[in-house]
Amino acid sequence: MSDTIKQPTKQPSLNPLPLKERMKVPRQHMLEQPPLVRATNFTEVNLGYSEELARQEALRCLECAKPVCVTDCPVGVKVKEFVQLIVAGDYLAAAAKIREDNVLPAITGRVCPQEDHCEGGCLMGKKVQPLGIGYLERFVADYEQRHLDTGNLPKAMPTGKKVAIVGSGPSGLTAAGDLIQKGHQVHVFEALHEIGGVLVYGIPEFRLPKQIIRQQVDYMRAMGVVFETDVVVGRTVTIDELMENEGYDAVFIGTGAGLPQFMGIPGEHLNGVYSANEFLTRINLMHAYEFPKYDEPMIDFRGKNVAVIGGGNTALDAIRSALRLGAGKAFILYRRSEAEMPARIEEVKHAQQEGIEFQVLAAPIEFLDDGKGWLAGARCQKMALGEPDASGRRRPVPIEGSEYEIPLAVAVIAIGTSANPIVQSTTPGLETNKRNYINADPLTQRTSRKGVFAGGDIVTGSATVILAMGAGRRAAKSIHEYLTTPGPW
Amino acid sequence: MFKILLAEFLAPGIKRFEIEAPRIARKQKPGQFVILRLYEQGERIPVTIEHSDPERGTIRIVVQSIGKTTNLLNSLNAGDSILDVVGPLGKPSHIEKFGTVVVMGGGVGTAMAYPTAVAFKQAGNRVISIVGARNKELVILEKELRAVSDSLMLTTDDGSYADKGFVTDKLRQLIDNGVRIDLVLAIGPIPMMRAVAEMTRKEHIHTVVSLNPIMIDGTGMCGGCRVLIEGKSEFACVDGPEFDAHKVDFAVLVQRNSMYRAAEQKSMEAFQRDTASQIEAVRAENKGACAAQGDRR
Repeated sequence: MSDTIKQPTKQPSLNPLPLKERMKVPRQHMLEQPPLVRATNFTEVNLGYSEELARQEALRCLECAKPVCVTDCPVGVKVKEFVQLIVAGDYLAAAAKIREDNVLPAITGRVCPQEDHCEGGCLMGKKVQPLGIGYLERFVADYEQRHLDTGNLPKAMPTGKKVAIVGSGPSGLTAAGDLIQKGHQVHVFEALHEIGGVLVYGIPEFRLPKQIIRQQVDYMRAMGVVFETDVVVGRTVTIDELMENEGYDAVFIGTGAGLPQFMGIPGEHLNGVYSANEFLTRINLMHAYEFPKYDEPMIDFRGKNVAVIGGGNTALDAIRSALRLGAGKAFILYRRSEAEMPARIEEVKHAQQEGIEFQVLAAPIEFLDDGKGWLAGARCQKMALGEPDASGRRRPVPIEGSEYEIPLAVAVIAIGTSANPIVQSTTPGLETNKRNYINADPLTQRTSRKGVFAGGDIVTGSATVILAMGAGRRAAKSIHEYLTTPGPW
Repeated sequence: MFKILLAEFLAPGIKRFEIEAPRIARKQKPGQFVILRLYEQGERIPVTIEHSDPERGTIRIVVQSIGKTTNLLNSLNAGDSILDVVGPLGKPSHIEKFGTVVVMGGGVGTAMAYPTAVAFKQAGNRVISIVGARNKELVILEKELRAVSDSLMLTTDDGSYADKGFVTDKLRQLIDNGVRIDLVLAIGPIPMMRAVAEMTRKEHIHTVVSLNPIMIDGTGMCGGCRVLIEGKSEFACVDGPEFDAHKVDFAVLVQRNSMYRAAEQKSMEAFQRDTASQIEAVRAENKGACAAQGDRR
């Protein structure tokens, strides 16, 4: 390790600290709302870095010659360079540096699982805490938001080519942002009434404020991207119609993994049993937590027992939302152990601080009726961990005779999603796999249909914002090549 | 933003709107619906498409005042706007030449049944329509349905118009008279659809109903509209809205539709306390949004 640290950087460093001293600077904490306060509101948990904290944190960067943080980033953000610009105090330049690879820095700075990518690869992490790359990204993105005039962004020379983007989630927005910078006309179609896809309907305000998404989208508008809401591609207009009647030269499908999975256990139809998608959509997209200021209703959670089934980020978003709606007891039911939970480390920590209980190695096998069609409880079963399954995680095995009942007023099922079939079923010749996800080349994102590309969850199944963004980037590059270089499909 | 071109009451509390929605008008098929959101703070509700005109780029919807949103909507007029209209959603009705088809419309459900009746007729079916309403004033689309039906029967619950009774009484008559029925389409209040299903089940007549559960996105994403079909969950927005009536668990549909009753009542009471100013607020907000609109809708 020390070998790597001593490697000289090619350019003279602006960082006044000798390499050895940098390791001694502790990772700077981000200010956050106190747990008991934030558990009662929907405003953002993390409060951001001040300039001092950001500079202090940036000084920790070892400026590796071969930065793993960059190669581990699905969109290849030039971490070392932007961090150096923070050290230099040029925050707008730092933001511009990030934007070369990532058009949604304020979003990834908040929701990206950095421990799996940039920070996971950070050399410092082997001895001390890794560099706070996510926090720094968020800082410069927010700084840019406050200080940058988007009135005269440079516009690329128009190519005269038109690209339709289907879905305005992370993959679609990324593809749109990259393509507009190449001079193509970009038109994004969104089924819902707000731009952002899962960022808007899935991720709660306390983790990713809607205002942040709107700002990032406004920036893209300023770049020239056109957005059209209320269009369900496949129903309102088909891919073929877009290409034949509306003159689009290429289409990118980024519709996400829409369909919620249920468990197929008795009682799932009871009032009080939600899919995570419905529960979170009511809260995030429809503002049900602000009823009656907003019309969308929500059942009364105050003082009630609420369980969320699952261990991913969606499950944590759901249970922390339930807590904020006033749940008396809010807990996670997860069939594996905490070590296998796919959620971001920070979210698990935040949830625990807020008083969320984790019942691991347990799963419901039946939802119980109160006799009037409402949920009264769940019969659960304890699990043990067996051999690893296809995901590499140890498989949960039910323990015979371990059934027990818990009283519950609300249960939210957050065990994953499957492919939404609307585009596939209305696009002849678009090949899909057995699970009805769209087949796309992992490098070029090309589908079986000429001029049609796909990426994100509709290709891979449920993944993360940043992985979808990576697919959007690859697709944009590939679409640009397709539009500018003739060749076989 | 979707502009209202025409608005007229078909009956007390039942209003028909013509709305500028060229994309939807081009694609709409019988049996499909739209979801709309009136204004920024509004909820999303599914609404019947009664007709569409691809040339004019318009659709017609029919709405019955029930809760806050439908009452607000039915207070709007030509020149006003609706913030969001998305569709056409759901699978279109399955249309083919079945032989004799009985189309049954209960109350405002008649508006949903009407375009499918037209399509059945065009496909060469003999169409017998049965329309029911609580009273004379609430009978809608009688003239339109009569024009596409080989025969039309009418009932009112109170006998204030045509025959006193229910639509199922007329269906019973047809069956008892030995009329060969190849398909029944029943669209209306849940008790009506359930009664039709029970009657035709015994007679082994294939029967289709169009279900109206609570919906949010309408694209299969949320799962809120799930209905129990032969014990299995299906989504009315993408797997329906039409289902084999004999496989539908109507009790679960009633139960799930009651989920937000308390909140709905609260909304309605607040609306009734302050109707005029809330309508004005929606109008003003949509006018402002119209002017400020950056995106195409």
